[in-house]
Amino acid sequence: MTDSTGTPRPARPPGTAGGGPYGPGQRPAGRPSSEPPHQRPAQRRRAVPAATRRTDRRGGAGAAGERPRKQVHLAAHFPGVNNTTVWSDPRAGSQIDFSSFVHLARTAERGKFDFFFLAEGLRLREHKGRIYDLDVVGRPESLTVLAALAAVTERIGLAATVNTTFNEPYELARRLATLDHLSGGRAAWNVVTSFDAFTGANFRRGGYLDAKDRYTRAAEFLRLSRTLWDSWQPDAILADQGTGRFLRPGGIAEVRHAGRHFTIEGHFTTPRSPQGHPVIIQAGDSDEGREFAASAAGVIFTRHATLEAGKAFYADVKRRLPKYGRAPHELKIMPGATVVVADTDAEAAELAAEIRRRQVSPQTAIALLEQVWGRDLSACDPDGPLPDIEPDLSSDIIQGRVRHGDRAALVARWREVAREKNLTIRELVIEMTGRQTFIGSPETVARRIDEYVQADAADGFILVPHLIPGGLDDFVDRVVPLLQERGVFRTEYTGTTLREHLGLGPAPGPDRYLDPPGETR
Amino acid sequence: MTEPIHLAVALDGVGWHPAAWREECTRPREIFTAGYWARLVAEAERGLLDFVTFEDALGLQSTLPDGVDGRTDQVRGRLDAVLIAARVAPLTTRIGLIPTATTTHTEPFHVAMAIATLDHVSRGRAGWRVRVSPGRTHARHFGRRDFPRIERLPAPGDGPVARHIRELFDEAADAVEVARRLWDSWEDDAEIRDVATGRFIDRDKLHYIDFSGRWFSVKGPAITPRPPQGQPLVTALAHARIPYEFAARSADVVYVTPHTREEAAAVVRELREIPRDGDPLKIFADLVVFLGPDAAARKARLDDLDGAEFTSDAAVFTGTVEELADLLEDWRRAGIEGYRLRPGVIPHDLKAITRGLTAALRRRGLFRSAYEAPTLRGLLGLGRPVSRYARAVT
Repeated sequence: MTDSTGTPRPARPPGTAGGGPYGPGQRPAGRPSSEPPHQRPAQRRRAVPAATRRTDRRGGAGAAGERPRKQVHLAAHFPGVNNTTVWSDPRAGSQIDFSSFVHLARTAERGKFDFFFLAEGLRLREHKGRIYDLDVVGRPESLTVLAALAAVTERIGLAATVNTTFNEPYELARRLATLDHLSGGRAAWNVVTSFDAFTGANFRRGGYLDAKDRYTRAAEFLRLSRTLWDSWQPDAILADQGTGRFLRPGGIAEVRHAGRHFTIEGHFTTPRSPQGHPVIIQAGDSDEGREFAASAAGVIFTRHATLEAGKAFYADVKRRLPKYGRAPHELKIMPGATVVVADTDAEAAELAAEIRRRQVSPQTAIALLEQVWGRDLSACDPDGPLPDIEPDLSSDIIQGRVRHGDRAALVARWREVAREKNLTIRELVIEMTGRQTFIGSPETVARRIDEYVQADAADGFILVPHLIPGGLDDFVDRVVPLLQERGVFRTEYTGTTLREHLGLGPAPGPDRYLDPPGETR
Repeated sequence: MTEPIHLAVALDGVGWHPAAWREECTRPREIFTAGYWARLVAEAERGLLDFVTFEDALGLQSTLPDGVDGRTDQVRGRLDAVLIAARVAPLTTRIGLIPTATTTHTEPFHVAMAIATLDHVSRGRAGWRVRVSPGRTHARHFGRRDFPRIERLPAPGDGPVARHIRELFDEAADAVEVARRLWDSWEDDAEIRDVATGRFIDRDKLHYIDFSGRWFSVKGPAITPRPPQGQPLVTALAHARIPYEFAARSADVVYVTPHTREEAAAVVRELREIPRDGDPLKIFADLVVFLGPDAAARKARLDDLDGAEFTSDAAVFTGTVEELADLLEDWRRAGIEGYRLRPGVIPHDLKAITRGLTAALRRRGLFRSAYEAPTLRGLLGLGRPVSRYARAVT
């Protein structure tokens, strides 16, 4: 994805909805009155279906004084364009043919996953000024392919990453609402921002945005989208053939918004969708991103993969919820994770090493080293030692990919590891860029996923397979049944919408997104 | 052998008469559900039609040329047409799917990738009905441009509104040019998966499009590999000189709105005189149709319900399918190659087309009895173009 940086807590809404020829000026509906009061998480956890509760003893829960077991949430990430995806495997299929998307989405639905997730990339990456050619490249437009997938799946959520920098709220809000209608309430939007002129070169509104402005733009974009979604009353359409009333008078409010980034007025085209609002996903770990997620998101997609880091992140994010009037269950924390499963732990470890080797071809090893060093290292032997060449920290050799952290420190660490372990370039790159999270027998993987969730390091995981399209087959066939036996994962979908799968409760009305009382920015 | 007639239907809500939704056979509550559109397109495919189009606009329907009318007695509200087309694509196998997408307030890059993706998910059945959005009302949904209020269309003479509309079509032509370049920007054999060199693609077969125009610049290449058809079908509705020129320059298919055979001949003549590169423009005529022995009475009843006589930019036909077949055959001799029929009431008039009209034309040897090509371009007799960049020396 071009970027997946956090966005801050939205400002107080400059927009209003009301008046106009279709509306007398009343506020759009808030939370439906049928909604139950917020459940405390402990209450929700007790509501484990009887069919799954019987197996609780396997996981050791259920003893007096122990809390009931949390339910695991799972999502499938169609691999993006980086070296996680192994294309050199003989079983690797097309990254663009629709059948690949159908295979992975249906596999995830067979495994009762919460949602299927697509990343975004709006410009092909470049390396040393040329299109990067070593990774899988080429992807569909996310919302269009998800609409097609809605036809061949029934329950699984459909999540698109869509940029707020290179879109306009009126158009994107109607596309997202449309996906929600056409999928019967299964749409989700991973809200990301981007500011770089490199990506902007493909867009009429170009790379003009300051880094700090992209956060305020995203927040205003989301708030305005919500105003648009809320502008049709849930019962706006009467379609009464006898009386000739298609719309209920006052059913559509006029939206008027004048903000820093957007000034719009008019009527939205699309009736309120089954979920009210699509589920909002926030990707990114920055402080601003956490605050934004706490205020507005239903899912946070994080990178924290270790147990300790995950626990700290989880506690920090959940701690921020009460000041927005939100309960812990209203935001699910789902780190990205990879899984390698084999018959035994030893075989899985061997398979994992082989996958890492395939992910880092000799050419990829040099390219990734060049990205860290910031200079041409094509003369180096990937099977030789790390060269004694100083990095050029001023140069960015890759464009279109997000860089995290301090590169000087990174270089120092790579050098240290290479020296300590006496590694070749390729071995070093494999060592330093390995992304595998869960490696083991089906029992080991199921146990560890459960442990992470029960330890409050996560509410579940977004699984990134290394193989298209069959990369989750083994997980679904062998690990999911064990999670179900442990009583921590659904055996059937109990709801029809993604909000129901995630246990988020109905979409909040506009009042839910005000700043907390007494706080100013 | 006589050239067969191409047949398409234009889908919009529960039909083109503003009171169509009052008919008992219609399902006005369902137009925001996937199942509704899936049934309509399945019906059209059952009739072996070339394609369906999906209407769309970046604002509510209105009886005014520019502005909301506040009426509650007509259908209001729409879903995004590209996504409807994508939603029905996996449920159909042969029929072309042509959603409307506006060029005026949208990003050409996104629209081009969405249509390319529709072509991938439909395996070569995608098209694009290009539309401009001239009014102030829709412009205010975006707040980026200050547009004049459109008092009436077509805009008179060479006034400021006519100049504004000419600019919008120039912008649309740029948007189509960007899309066409992006669709060609991956050569067909760009993906090589060469394990020996570690290369997934041959980057010499991916091309920057380097488009630079008055309204936008787009660098490229596409993020989506070349669509199955190479170039999805570009289509446009045109009523006057400016859109005729746009269609001749940018489209593969144009929909025109003659009201008589003479007008049909005149518009064909005018279009054929406009210089153009590549395959000849396919000329379709639009007709709003109410079909059956009681068609005129049905339309009159709906007119009463709506409180006004229904007229349209396109000719309005009422009569039997045999009478319509006569008309289509007649206009064909004036150079019209296909028809995009707008059913007055859906499903009634849609089924009359897919079951009655197609049979009538088939008896005359003028319509197919089976789909003869797997792609939309193929159905229209158009080949799969080679990427423009493949011809260039790289």
